Amino acid sequence: MTRRRDTRTGGTISRRAFLAGSAGGAALALAGCATGTDQLFSGGGSGTRITVAIVSNSQMEDAISLSYLFEQEHPGIHPDFVSLPENEARAKITADVSTQGGEFDVVMISNYETPMWSANGWLANLQPYINATPGYDAQDFLPQLRATLSHQGDLYSVPFYGESSFLMYRKDLMAKYGITMPDKPTWKQVDQIAETIHSKGLVGICMRGDPGWGENLAPMDTVINSYGGRWFDPQWQAQLTSSEVTHAVSDYVSLVQKYGEPGAPAAGFSECATLYSQGDAAMWYDATSAVSTIEDPASSKVAGKNGYAWAPTQDGRPSGWLYTWSLAIPKTCQHKQAAWDFISWMTSKSYIKTVGEKLGWSHVPPGSRFSSYQIPQYKKLSSVYGPLTLQSINATNSAHPCLQPVPYTGVQFLDIPEFQDLGTNVSEQFSAAIAGSQSVPSALSQAQKYAQAVGQTYRK
Amino acid sequence: MTSADVAVPAAQTAEPALYTGKRAKRRSNSLTWGIVGWVVGIIFFFPVLWMVLTSFKTEAEAYTNTPHIVFSPTLSQYKAVFSSGLWPYVANSAFATIVSTILVLVLATPCAFALSLRPVKKTRDVLFFFISTKMLPVVAAIIPIYIAARDLHLLDNIFTLVILYTAMNLPIAVWMMRSFFLEVPGELLEAAEMDGAPLRRTVVEVILPIVAPGLAATALICCIFSWNEFFFAVNITATQAATVPVFLVGFISSEGLYFAQLAAAATVATLPVVLAGWIAQRQLVRGLSFGAIK
Repeated sequence: MTRRRDTRTGGTISRRAFLAGSAGGAALALAGCATGTDQLFSGGGSGTRITVAIVSNSQMEDAISLSYLFEQEHPGIHPDFVSLPENEARAKITADVSTQGGEFDVVMISNYETPMWSANGWLANLQPYINATPGYDAQDFLPQLRATLSHQGDLYSVPFYGESSFLMYRKDLMAKYGITMPDKPTWKQVDQIAETIHSKGLVGICMRGDPGWGENLAPMDTVINSYGGRWFDPQWQAQLTSSEVTHAVSDYVSLVQKYGEPGAPAAGFSECATLYSQGDAAMWYDATSAVSTIEDPASSKVAGKNGYAWAPTQDGRPSGWLYTWSLAIPKTCQHKQAAWDFISWMTSKSYIKTVGEKLGWSHVPPGSRFSSYQIPQYKKLSSVYGPLTLQSINATNSAHPCLQPVPYTGVQFLDIPEFQDLGTNVSEQFSAAIAGSQSVPSALSQAQKYAQAVGQTYRK
Repeated sequence: MTSADVAVPAAQTAEPALYTGKRAKRRSNSLTWGIVGWVVGIIFFFPVLWMVLTSFKTEAEAYTNTPHIVFSPTLSQYKAVFSSGLWPYVANSAFATIVSTILVLVLATPCAFALSLRPVKKTRDVLFFFISTKMLPVVAAIIPIYIAARDLHLLDNIFTLVILYTAMNLPIAVWMMRSFFLEVPGELLEAAEMDGAPLRRTVVEVILPIVAPGLAATALICCIFSWNEFFFAVNITATQAATVPVFLVGFISSEGLYFAQLAAAATVATLPVVLAGWIAQRQLVRGLSFGAIK
């Protein structure tokens, strides 16, 4: 038997039922809201609440999951977290700090923001807090990180983790095909190895192709630097159509197009990490922190099969990038001591040990403290990649990133406020070149126009 | 028997042949449109299906280059989502959605009634003004809104979202409700007036029952827009008033694998809207066609 709808009465009955249901649902939802929002509005409990804005990378999520330990140690301080993806977090934190919004007590920023924001007077000087915290040992942070996070000799943010870039490769595949990976490979050697591997049916090398100043531009800039290229000369004349830059970008694009991952124009860290960790690629040039993904047996089929080489170079100089996610206190913060208590907990030596013991040693935030690499368990785990991570970070020179003189600092970025827009626009051109929808000279010509517009503002 | 044995008038044979041809053509057309409908439906539904499937995968499986259709399902992503403090975000979303929708209906209904059934000289200008507010990109207004909210100490406050969502949905609701009111036969209003019914009674007992499906459709559209709104939420809120879309993006990582967990969170986040749409689907379809077809 089938039920037949009475279209004449059905509307009225179902409307009533619908309205009743809606009213009931609304009442329930509002009741639920009352509970939920009441908890939120009240702030829940006594003590000082601090709002922490962080980037939603796995190491930061670990910190959130362990924050109950901080609350046990500091019963009067309750951290609330705002965890957002990199781009959203950057935009939101920038809006708050630059407008003195006062929403956040602790912000996660990088070595891109710290020098500019501390010079603008937007951040609290952390040096007095560091000096007043026994056992914090700021000298234990890697010197390159300290230098890039300091203003006039004082630290304005402290590193949570740091990274450079290096070449990851499959030792088993290299042995299988009789290839010897040099300790410090050149881009030409990488090209040859990628060609050999590619001829066997595997992806030769994974390199980022997706647009974004923190995406394809990060590795691309290291290649440009290594080829002797630069964005601007000391008079802020754009140099993106120079022969060095053209050569560098052409080689990068050619390498990815010929031997790179499928869908390269849209491939970023995650896509490359997946391809490589599933055993479908022989090499991957990316952040040193990628070891957390590829050496994790739970998600990687190639854990323990990897070798590591210095970032490929063209001129023989170390070419790896330098990046760090660090924690700072905005000048507007009303609870600076509580904020510092949290920061000092999250960037302390004991936190590193806690992460290792509670979550596993592969979760340790890498590349921030020398002492992390002295912990026996972590030293053993990171024996293959740990020393090179430290060496790569220590070999960077963000004050003089290029062979020729430049008016800016920063290895894979230019430490100027305009770079977020400029870099993203330029990276879109590079991504289009990788996609083959425009030629490298055409992409560089457009990029040059963008750079000239920015350079002009500095020439005035 | 041959055709010569029975003399059939030409008109009698021609007509059924014509009917058969037309019927066959109609059936063929219907089949074609049916196939087109299914194809379009599948194309629209496929991303949703893919999201749900991905939510039951491990992160490594979610990223495989040749996507796996057959896999061992796991609930681990859902466990991670529910253990990530989802409920305060749901509560905030529900509060902002329900309260703003109620406010929109309360304000839009009399407004639309006046603009449709009691038009004045500048009605068209007023309507254009309403819809013109939707022409400004939201991003262009965010800095003044942010600074105003900051100065009024309304940052990270759920009532700020309620105000913004009400303002955001009001023009659409007025336009939608107006089109529903225009469908009400004028004779009914005249009859009610002749029977001496006051305006309030006419509205409540005559007009509202007729436009109820339209009201439901408008409410649902407002609910969907408010529930899914991300831009204001991410810029104006932090820890106290953040909504579900803000919670969702927290699973995106620039250096890690996150597709499966994000898919699980997105599936959970879409459930209330899907449920609301399913409950109100008859009203929604009637309401949308009621106002749209003239």
